[in-house]
Amino acid sequence: MQKDLPQYWRSLEELAQTAEFRAFVEDEFPNRTPDWNDAGSRRRFLTLMGASIALAGASACTVQPKEMIVPYVRQPEDYVPGKPLFYATSASWGGIATGLLVESHLGRPTKIEGNPQHPASLGATDATMQASVLTLYDPDRSQTVTQNGNISEWGVFVTALTAARDSAGARRGAGFRLLTGTVTSPTLAAQIQEFLTAFPGAKWHQYEPCGRHSARAGATAAFGQPLNTIYRFDRAAVIVSLDADFLCSSMPGSLRYARDYSARRRAAAVNPNAHPPRLYVAEGTPSITGGMAEHRLRMRTSEVAAFAAALAQELKAPSNGSSAAVRAIAKDLRAHPGESIVIAGEHQPPGVHVLAHAINQMLGNAGKTVLYTDSVEANPVDELASLTELVNEMRSGAVESLLMFGGNPVYDAPADLNFLAELKKITFRAHLGVYSNETAAWCHWHIPEAHYLETWSDARAYDGTASIVQPLIAPIYSGKTPHDLINVLMNRADRSSHDTVRDYWQRQHPAADFNDFWQISLHDGVIAGTTFTEKMPPAAKLSTPVASAASGLEIVFRPDPSIGDGALSNNAWLQEMPKPQNKMTWDNAVWISPKSAEHYGVTTGDVIEIAFQGRKVNGPVWILPGHADESLTVHLGYGRTRAGKVANGIGFNAYALRVSSAVWQGSGAAFTRKSGGYPFATTQHTQTMEERDPFRAATFAEYHQNPGFANPPDKHVSPETTLFPQWQYNHHKWGMAIDLTACIGCHACTIACQSENNIPVVGKTEVAKGRHMNWLRVDRYYQGSLDDPETLYQPVPCMHCENALCELVCPVAATVHSAEGLNEMVYNRCVGTRYCSNNCPYKVRRFNFFLYADWNTQSLFGVRNPDVSVRSRGVMEKCSYCVQRINGAKIEAEKQDRPLADGEIVTACQQACPAEAIVFGDLNDPNSRVAKLKRERRNYGLLEELNTRPRTTYLARLRNPNPDLDKG
Amino acid sequence: MAQIFPRSSNSLAKITIVAVLLAGGGILWAAYALNAGSFTTGVEVARDQNVPFSHKHHVSDDGIDCRYCHTSVETSSFAGLPPTETCMSCHSQIWTNAAMLEPVRESFRSGKSLEWTRVHDLPDFVYFNHSIHVNKGIGCSTCHGRVDQMPLTFKVNTLYMQWCVGCHRNPEKYVRPRDQVFNPAYETPAPNQDEIGPKLVAQYKIQSLTDCVTCHR
Repeated sequence: MQKDLPQYWRSLEELAQTAEFRAFVEDEFPNRTPDWNDAGSRRRFLTLMGASIALAGASACTVQPKEMIVPYVRQPEDYVPGKPLFYATSASWGGIATGLLVESHLGRPTKIEGNPQHPASLGATDATMQASVLTLYDPDRSQTVTQNGNISEWGVFVTALTAARDSAGARRGAGFRLLTGTVTSPTLAAQIQEFLTAFPGAKWHQYEPCGRHSARAGATAAFGQPLNTIYRFDRAAVIVSLDADFLCSSMPGSLRYARDYSARRRAAAVNPNAHPPRLYVAEGTPSITGGMAEHRLRMRTSEVAAFAAALAQELKAPSNGSSAAVRAIAKDLRAHPGESIVIAGEHQPPGVHVLAHAINQMLGNAGKTVLYTDSVEANPVDELASLTELVNEMRSGAVESLLMFGGNPVYDAPADLNFLAELKKITFRAHLGVYSNETAAWCHWHIPEAHYLETWSDARAYDGTASIVQPLIAPIYSGKTPHDLINVLMNRADRSSHDTVRDYWQRQHPAADFNDFWQISLHDGVIAGTTFTEKMPPAAKLSTPVASAASGLEIVFRPDPSIGDGALSNNAWLQEMPKPQNKMTWDNAVWISPKSAEHYGVTTGDVIEIAFQGRKVNGPVWILPGHADESLTVHLGYGRTRAGKVANGIGFNAYALRVSSAVWQGSGAAFTRKSGGYPFATTQHTQTMEERDPFRAATFAEYHQNPGFANPPDKHVSPETTLFPQWQYNHHKWGMAIDLTACIGCHACTIACQSENNIPVVGKTEVAKGRHMNWLRVDRYYQGSLDDPETLYQPVPCMHCENALCELVCPVAATVHSAEGLNEMVYNRCVGTRYCSNNCPYKVRRFNFFLYADWNTQSLFGVRNPDVSVRSRGVMEKCSYCVQRINGAKIEAEKQDRPLADGEIVTACQQACPAEAIVFGDLNDPNSRVAKLKRERRNYGLLEELNTRPRTTYLARLRNPNPDLDKG
Repeated sequence: MAQIFPRSSNSLAKITIVAVLLAGGGILWAAYALNAGSFTTGVEVARDQNVPFSHKHHVSDDGIDCRYCHTSVETSSFAGLPPTETCMSCHSQIWTNAAMLEPVRESFRSGKSLEWTRVHDLPDFVYFNHSIHVNKGIGCSTCHGRVDQMPLTFKVNTLYMQWCVGCHRNPEKYVRPRDQVFNPAYETPAPNQDEIGPKLVAQYKIQSLTDCVTCHR
């Protein structure tokens, strides 16, 4: 079987070449006429067609509707209508901040970019941050204060909260509880501390459902204090990841890590003497980081601990008893003392973190590639214990009032705590939240929370750097911040969040130049001098031996790859973002390895009932190549009931299985098959290019020996092999290069493109028909065996071909070649024949089968980029190389009568990319970055044998495997 | 067998052919007239405004420069409409009791914006940038006409794509020296346009941009 494998494959169906797969692939628009075949919907189709013809005829005769211009009464000083402004702010997930620059059009935030001055971003963003602007305008957001579900007012709540506080105050605060997520905000921490000082009987609990429980506990166990670990991947030649998804996850600093890691890989591709990093990943659930590994050691998640222990043992005393992999990795690590990193995963037990700390100290990495600082959290506590303590006191009746700052414990607290049952015993329950969620439903009071783009606050980044959270817009629904609530508790209800935050920093910086300090901090998005200083920790204490993996079927809980812990589940961009690992949208699934699926007799689409520690949940199965055997992965964040119109009722709730003794993994799960045929909406087969070597890879050594490997002669076609005249470019000649060596497959580009270009979402049923609209897709390929393949990612935007096949077939010249080489798509000319898409070999064109753009929901108008047309039904669309940015930059340069500088035009995907894998520029400028990249020998075009001469090209992927480890 | 068609059929057929041609031509002409007429194009139709603002008075009588109110015309895609504050910078001193200006004063008191009906309204899929045109020596009056002689503002050009492209193809026919851009009385084409046009095109590095994405995106 092994030798019959195609070199790269995309799915099990492709590997098996099932009849369904062939039919699906050969159909240009799969299921394109379901409306016609279905008797019920055929009638509706005819009705709509008739109505649309009548309306189209009628609407063509109307005079242009009257439009109003509404100028300011007093125009703010720096506002220039028509020009966006950028403000620095920061977004926090799990309390940890990343610096952002947010684009604002006349007071309306539209696009999130990374802040190049912020150490956690350096200009990069991830998909979650990109999509967060949509949440701001979500019509399902909580819009009003409610008391017992009825509309109330802030003033009434202030009275009620004050009364609850006074009642507790009579007993020095006893019975009053605050519940927050992880807090890094210095101002909020100081406020809470002030409150706790005034009411010493009150207590503050912190709980983050997908927080850093293990890392905190691991550091405490190793060093006696919850030190923060920072990794320097720019200095690491050998990296061992113990189930750590450090490239793309909620791990603090992951954006920065991805940038540092990729930079080193890119440098090694150019310079044969540079040392490319070598990455070993031990994991059970395929992750983005696992996909980048030179050697991915597939093992059950619970076996990682034993692996870490074996590695530590081997490093301490080499022995022949260790496995070949452990011996080879240990040898590699020993060869790079002070130049390696062993990093433990957020979801591994604390013992693994202790081992990682010990190994790093043993190898001399501490202080070089692994840095330690004080915890960035304001008050690091064991959050599981904190929540458990709260629930126990609720049970005992010791809690009278509970004030929840965000969060959703009714939905996401460990199931064994029975949070809801105990919550009901409290007499005063108040919840502050962006959404009126499952928890809000059981509270006496719910207060709409300001979105972070509406909030004054502050927060710390992974290295302690503090940033001010600056609002871009006044709260749309009069949302309140945690600062406001504490101010109420401290009898300062009229004090604004802005004053609270500013006063805190004035206390920290009492000098006369505070105003300058404040303005500079706001402008830069980082507060100078707040980065934590490095600490040298004591030798790590290896406490208890790591428990060996328990037998039996293992269950692994993970935040969802797209929507995380569920706080963002009502975000349609994220719901429709294909999950990198299985290209599935709008669902979560139970991931299982091919071998285990065969063993248990289940297949993709079967609905199973999982039983774990006496709790049961039904979910559909997805067979995922590369998953560990005898292990199930379930993703949190789905099965919401009060998330909003987008997320309610989709997927299954994995929190219902999660218990406090097994927050990330547990053994002893069991399942039974219930039914089959669950319909998934996946994008992995649509727009396939089949076996035409779209992906090319080699090792760094092979490449430096044989630089031409990516351009075999049989792919080469002379540019003259065409009947059409050659294009001439006198000014610019735009082009793009995508470095597959750097690309990690995180999909930030996909969402950045969606946000920049007003790309609509289409919903699960339409995705299942192959009608998803993302202009930039990320293809996923597998190489190697079914059980343990290598995963490869390739972003595919429009190729902007020199000899574009789409241009030839458009009957109305709606897609044409520009004088600068762009393949233009003219919406107002398009009549929707879809010939262009049929003729496109890259399948990058997207068609508006229906009116996907929302023209009715007022609040969603705010998120649109005013520089890009909102497309209507019946129009083809595709990547434009962000032509609005090209035109904007050209106009500015021409007004200043200077040539465009290289790097002045940055496409949305390029700007977001944490790995700097995408480079755009002028090919007519031989010194531009893109021109230099295209001169690299590993540069190749997709399907270049068709003589389309694509101007988006790829730099082949290079790997740095360990010669000692023959992957068998 | 008797003739099926009477003799008059011959004439009738000829008349019918001519009539059909005439009718067809008439319909085409009517469609064209409708399309080019001010009912559709809005050319020379003065729009009702909440405040009957007169460019004629402010520009010709008072000599106020375009940029006093349209402040962002040189820097932004949007020329900008003055905030109420700009109106009140003069009208808090003069004509302070004029009934006509009550909406302006009301706006300033209440903080509620004045609303103006757009006169020059491009379709939403067209992206026009004022600043680059002004910087490249295209005068206000080339597109907007003699605004300084309009008591109520109306447009003088259709703003049809055909009209835009006319200049984009032959910019030398419409370009003027930069120092004349805001002079409403400057006429393009100037008497010496053949001479200065190509020179200015070269000097200002004007490109004839006719790619679709120049305006549509």
